[in-house]
Amino acid sequence: MPIARLARTATALATLSAGGVLLAACGGSTTVNPAIPAAEAALAAGDIECVEGKIQSAGSSAQANAITEWVNVYQTACPDSTIDYQPVGSGAGVEAFVSAQTSFGGTDKPVVEEEMQAARERCANSPAINIPLVGGAIAVAYHIPGVDELTLDPATLAQIFASEITRWDDPAIAASNPGVDLPDAAIAQFHRSDSSGTTANFSDYLEATAPDAWDYDTGKEWTAPGGQGAKGSDQVIASVAQTPNSIGYIELSYILDAINAKPVAIDQGAGPVLPTANNASITLASSEVTGDDGNIVLAIDYTTQVPGAYPISIVTYEIVCTSGLDADQNPELVAQFLAFAASNSGQQLLGEIGYVPLSGDLLEAVRASVETVIQGAGG
Amino acid sequence: MSLLTPPKITGSSVRAGDRNFRFITTGAGLTVLAVLAAIAAFLVWQSIPALQENTGNVLTNQLWLPDADPPQWGIAVLIFGTLWTSVIAMAIAVPIGIGTALFITFYAPRRVARTLGFIVDLLAAVPSIIFGLWGLYYFMPEIVPAAQWLSTYLGWIPFFSNDLDLYTKSILIAGFVLAMMILPTVSAISREVFWQVPKGHIEASLALGATRWEMIRMAVLPFSRPGMISAAMLGLGRALGETIAVALILSAVFDINWQITEPGGNSIAANIALKWGEAASNGRSALIATGMVLFFITLLVNMTARWVVNRRREFSGAG
Repeated sequence: MPIARLARTATALATLSAGGVLLAACGGSTTVNPAIPAAEAALAAGDIECVEGKIQSAGSSAQANAITEWVNVYQTACPDSTIDYQPVGSGAGVEAFVSAQTSFGGTDKPVVEEEMQAARERCANSPAINIPLVGGAIAVAYHIPGVDELTLDPATLAQIFASEITRWDDPAIAASNPGVDLPDAAIAQFHRSDSSGTTANFSDYLEATAPDAWDYDTGKEWTAPGGQGAKGSDQVIASVAQTPNSIGYIELSYILDAINAKPVAIDQGAGPVLPTANNASITLASSEVTGDDGNIVLAIDYTTQVPGAYPISIVTYEIVCTSGLDADQNPELVAQFLAFAASNSGQQLLGEIGYVPLSGDLLEAVRASVETVIQGAGG
Repeated sequence: MSLLTPPKITGSSVRAGDRNFRFITTGAGLTVLAVLAAIAAFLVWQSIPALQENTGNVLTNQLWLPDADPPQWGIAVLIFGTLWTSVIAMAIAVPIGIGTALFITFYAPRRVARTLGFIVDLLAAVPSIIFGLWGLYYFMPEIVPAAQWLSTYLGWIPFFSNDLDLYTKSILIAGFVLAMMILPTVSAISREVFWQVPKGHIEASLALGATRWEMIRMAVLPFSRPGMISAAMLGLGRALGETIAVALILSAVFDINWQITEPGGNSIAANIALKWGEAASNGRSALIATGMVLFFITLLVNMTARWVVNRRREFSGAG
């Protein structure tokens, strides 16, 4: 086997296993539990208050790794507590919560209108609220041999993903990248072949920032022409890593340990910004908060001009009862688990595993909402 | 056939064992039918809501938006991709499979034959996710130059041409991987069929001065034709229904594209695997409707195969 080929195979395998890193992290370890130091730190900071018992929850798979991390740390600190989160998808998660099978639900989109009414009835007619707890970002990864930095503006990005710009040496790309030697090669564009909230958020972003170039559906299905589909963010990043002259969009965590693939910096007029947890956090903190009485719905400002703000940011919500949860569904444990998630310790954990910690006024609002839930659970 | 029908036993001389065994075997047969009927009923029942809600033409629409408002979806792309990948897989696997079987049965030294037969059978035991990952991470980069060659030199044949200058995640690659997955089925059954050729026919043709190739052409192939068709059809059944390998390899875009070296293609089973997780109620119903279509396509393929086999049997001297 020639060396070049060997190297390529090794790269592919390494990328493949990179997707498995997060899985391995929750698979439990043989000697040292990695959650112990985090649990000790959170206990020392007073961010964890233990409540005995067991709760069931289900919802969005986008936040599954974040919840799993919190559950690990919380259960390590409180051995008598069990929190079960099933990543069944947002729709099924809300359904399970509304039909009182679970103590709380996780969802990519806030629960509104009819569903909110049903959620209220499920909470014995106490208000149900959306609490954004997990921030995230979508990175655009590219792989051009020899090109270490690439900046794109939203319109060019949209045209690439709509297959209107099909070659790397297109003038529109060159304009944002002076001095970069772009190859005379076709753009291999990768998108998600499975239904995905990542696709929905990414196309939402393109529609908001480049309405002239993006004229396709913004749902969970990719509807733009051309490009190649790959299953899951892990396959998209693996395809980008494997295919020279390619580009694709993925959840932030997948760019952290990617090989070959590099993140595209987005320039919306305030200079190029790379996808990092901190940069995305700035966008979330400067986005408008709507909702009342503890219900928090975030209108993410995709067109943000704040310096250093990475615009393709997302947030996922927990839908919870402010009170009225049956005693056997353990409202105290729900409240204390949410309190830990919203604490400094909880949010800090997010940044370490490729999510985006909440900050600023948004985090204050979230903590106020969690306080409402704690009051409701106690009373 | 007459050998299989025992003489009718009447009166009280029926033994308990005979009666019980008859009940058991009848029960087993009926169970299969009942399961099949239950699956068909489930598919039809569950797919009705999506078919009623659909605002697109289910046969011609080339979108997949069953959870949109209004829902709009069609199966044309999926049926096309399912059949087209399977056709390519068959075009590769059937000649190789039958060739392998002929080699093992008539040409290879006994020890080689046994080992080779064992290895081919082993190929059938490899899980399809392994084929998918191998195809995606190893085979795909390796096949790109071959696909480029095809489109450069044979591009005048319409389905080899490539306008995009991109060669990954194509129907050709999926076809190759599917071919490898159905190869053991085709080969193993063909081998069994070739063993069934009466020794008398083979020895007679050799005694009449036929070369080995003439013996195979005149004694083996005519006798084995129904069996080879069965082998091919069983392989086709697996190719049509293969899910995860195809879901990983194909680009899974909703577009009918004959050009097999370009990224593209989709299949019913792969689409179900890719869309089920995030589908809402109407989406699931629509996916089940496509499953129903696949179910009936597979039934049709198998019934056609049976019919062909039965029709040929009279002329081949088999059975």
